[in-house]
Amino acid sequence: MSEKLLTRYIHEPAQVNLQTFVLRGGYQGARRALCDLTPDQVIAEVDQSGLRGKGGAGFPAGFKWKAVPRDAPVKYVVVNADESEPGTFKDRLLLEHDPHQLIEGILIAAYAIGAHKAFVYTRGEFFRAREVLMRAMDEAAAYGYLGRHILGTDFDLEIVVHAGAGAYIAGEESGLLESLEGKRAMPRLRPPYPAQKGLYGQPTLLNNVETLCHVGHILRLGADGYKAHGMPALFSVSGHVARPGVYELPLGTPLREMIFEHAGGMHPARRFKACFPGGSSSAILVEEHLDTPMDYDSLRKAGSMLGSAAVIVMDDTTCMVKVIARAVEFYRDESCGKCTPCREGTVWMSQVLERVLHGHGRTEDLDLMAGIAKGMTGTCLCPLGESVPPSLGNSLRYFREEYEAHIRTGRCNVAVPA
Amino acid sequence: MGYNEPSLPMIRTRVLSPQSVDQIRAAMARYPESRSALLPALHVAQRQVGYLSVEAMEDVAEVTGLPLNEVASVASFYTMFSLRPVGRHVVRLCTNISCLLCGSDEVLAHLRRRLGVGPGETTPDGAFTLRVEECLAACDRAPAMLVNEELHGRLTTQAVDTVLDRARGDGQAVGD
Ligand SMILES: Cc1cc2nc3c(=O)[nH]c(=O)nc-3n(C[C@H](O)[C@H](O)[C@H](O)COP(=O)(O)O)c2cc1C
Ligand code: SF4
Ligand code: FES
Repeated sequence: MSEKLLTRYIHEPAQVNLQTFVLRGGYQGARRALCDLTPDQVIAEVDQSGLRGKGGAGFPAGFKWKAVPRDAPVKYVVVNADESEPGTFKDRLLLEHDPHQLIEGILIAAYAIGAHKAFVYTRGEFFRAREVLMRAMDEAAAYGYLGRHILGTDFDLEIVVHAGAGAYIAGEESGLLESLEGKRAMPRLRPPYPAQKGLYGQPTLLNNVETLCHVGHILRLGADGYKAHGMPALFSVSGHVARPGVYELPLGTPLREMIFEHAGGMHPARRFKACFPGGSSSAILVEEHLDTPMDYDSLRKAGSMLGSAAVIVMDDTTCMVKVIARAVEFYRDESCGKCTPCREGTVWMSQVLERVLHGHGRTEDLDLMAGIAKGMTGTCLCPLGESVPPSLGNSLRYFREEYEAHIRTGRCNVAVPA
Repeated sequence: MGYNEPSLPMIRTRVLSPQSVDQIRAAMARYPESRSALLPALHVAQRQVGYLSVEAMEDVAEVTGLPLNEVASVASFYTMFSLRPVGRHVVRLCTNISCLLCGSDEVLAHLRRRLGVGPGETTPDGAFTLRVEECLAACDRAPAMLVNEELHGRLTTQAVDTVLDRARGDGQAVGD
């Protein structure tokens, strides 16, 4: 297996220091970009690398970078460090253990689109990550990697670290921009997209933390050298596995290999039951899907999505009704309330699931839930509202008898194996 | 007709300290449009006062130049802001899926027993407020909780006891 790019030094504490980072090849990509290449050449390199957004939507990064108008006088880079998709924890790892990798990515992105101000929107609860990042920024400024005349060029950049305050919807890009402008994080109608009209109405490049962490390596190795590493991606694996953690693996690694080899498989005497392959917003998959390659197209064909590449694994002790009820409760509480199907649908569905879970369900409830899910599909302003139906649908398809047992007997029939 | 005293402009003393006001002004200067400093300002106010009292929000409104109802509307949208008093320590236990799978139910039951309060409540001695949280991006260390600003993972009932005892012992205030 090829060498890791993003997480190679992640467990070495000295990596947060600028000098160590530089000794290990850090800021070489930024140096090449700023000193040897034009902004258009940098964008072309990112485009050729095939890098796709790691925040959840998987949008090609090069496309987004190209979409920012060249001639606009004021532009911004905004980093999405809100990391709130349940099951996802890779961005926190990157922020806390390799902050210069992100700063380098921001620097390259800002140079490429011609922005002189960047904002890192960190989720409120990321106290430690902010501390580490701000210390790294101070060091970067002291050594001429931030501020005025960066690396002896006439390029200037200032980064502002912003703290959110607890709202999942602030991770959605237009909600994030509203929040960064000091408002409630209510998603905006799109188009216009942030690349045209983003922060304060100016063209804005908005990328996820991990997305930008790839960029330094792309510029250091060149697009082809980077691709030779097999399109690396960070997978957050959690739940019922022996070794939960972040795994850097090539896109397309089979789900089975990820769970059973890298994450150590199930706990002793337990069997795999189901998993969310891309955070709690992705439809659950079951045993028959274990050979699915973990990439955008294969997962879509399997009826789910790669999302934030967060694999939440459930073994045979798991009550699916309980898990789905908890997931829906999350979307209910985090719905911003702007559109009716999402605001009301999540409340109704949650009520029905609670009553089924606690033994007061009726046989008609299963069809009722399917109906609510249908009513939410394609009718919501942002993807939050659309997150609920796929997993509910798959849980009804694969685990219908668990719901029926709850309704019939009033209790859970998932026997805990001895 | 009786004599009416001319109405005086209302004079109230700020609850925010000069340091807090300075921090808010510094935040306003960091952004191209100062309104962006509203969340940072609310963090500053909550850190000093412990929660966002009406007086604290009035001060934020005055310093940022935003209407009070805007400040209150934004504050009420975000779960980290508390509009009611909280304990000296805020315990935020994640009960989302990965933590649920790894036993957050038992940890929550233990917290309820130990603290004698349920989610959203504060212990009578004012030491702890218990909250249930959404995913804290620490699912590799599930079940996880934040106590004030510090993350604790792989919680067991013993680990919870150790954390609570230490918090109670050091008398540290929220956000200190
Ligand atoms: C409800 C919702 C929550 C989201 N939360 C996050 C998040 O926490 N972090 C993130 O990077 N992207 C999140 N996204 C995706 C962003 O909208 C956006 O696509 C992404 O940040 C763009 O960066 P990328 O192209 O580098 O992936 C979320 C999307 C939705 C609909
Ligand atoms: S789908 Fe839900 S979260 Fe998204 S805008 Fe509508 S109400 Fe808000
Ligand atoms: S589910 Fe608890 S930290 Fe992610």
